[in-house]
Amino acid sequence: MWQLFHKLGSPKWFYGIASRLMPWLLWTGVALFMAGIIWGLAFAPPDYLQGNSYRIIFIHVPSAFLAQSVYIMMAVAALVTLVWRMKLADVFVKSAAPVGALLTFLALFTGAVWGKPTWGTWWIWDARLTSMLILLFLYFGAIALGSAIADEKSSARAVAVLVLVGVVNIPIIKYSVEWWNTLHQPATFKLTEKPSMPADMWVPLLMAVLGLYLLFGWLACLRMQTEILVREGRTRWVKELVRPGGNA
Amino acid sequence: MAFDSFDAFVAMGGHGPYVWACYFVFFALSLVLVLWSRAQRKAALQGVARRSTGRGETDTGKAPADFVRVDSSNH
Repeated sequence: MWQLFHKLGSPKWFYGIASRLMPWLLWTGVALFMAGIIWGLAFAPPDYLQGNSYRIIFIHVPSAFLAQSVYIMMAVAALVTLVWRMKLADVFVKSAAPVGALLTFLALFTGAVWGKPTWGTWWIWDARLTSMLILLFLYFGAIALGSAIADEKSSARAVAVLVLVGVVNIPIIKYSVEWWNTLHQPATFKLTEKPSMPADMWVPLLMAVLGLYLLFGWLACLRMQTEILVREGRTRWVKELVRPGGNA
Repeated sequence: MAFDSFDAFVAMGGHGPYVWACYFVFFALSLVLVLWSRAQRKAALQGVARRSTGRGETDTGKAPADFVRVDSSNH
């Protein structure tokens, strides 16, 4: 058990595993995501209330879903950074933060554009929208703090604390549609109930969500490898890797 | 197919501009992030290569005794 844990923390081991996983993550992700989107855009039936504007759901929900999931993954990695001082966990936090920020922005943007024809307004300061905006600022904070501190260890600890404190926002986002009156509709997927929409709508949506998960995995691997190359540039295994024929 | 014609698909029952704006922004920004990440990776690789050829292979230690070359082909 501890041996596996130690191995998982080794950048060299991770680099090799990531290289092997990445083509699978990329191509399965592209296939699932594109199939979900094309199905959703062209073949799913229109919504009886919202007409065709609801087709934004096929990128809005995956973005919003991932935006929160990525933050939770970062919070777990932050805890590992603080408790076990595992370098790789900090590498993940730093690599994932810009991706999470983009996903949060995309969730807000697509939500605003969807809101205009559906609610009649781009933006309201209600609980769901405001807590998502706070999530975006948390991501920005983690990125800025990480790049402001040069020392690797202090930077890792500072960002980890910030990410962990910010995790309180996640249940607020999740339950905001139930605790407060809001224009936002309740969750599309619940673990305990059948989806309230026909299969022609929720199957492509689920495909898009899973596809985007895989694509996030691919991009996270790519960015983590980059971070490892920068940090471990002086070690012999990295030098071997970039030597002609080393095939990085 | 939920639409009668390609024109109807593009129009999205009057909601076309909203729907297509969302999809365009989603793909454009995602592409920017991917290209930026790839550029960063390239720069990192070049940085390591420059350092290792510049100072030669006289690495002062750090390398583990049980060194094994990592197979990182087909990324």
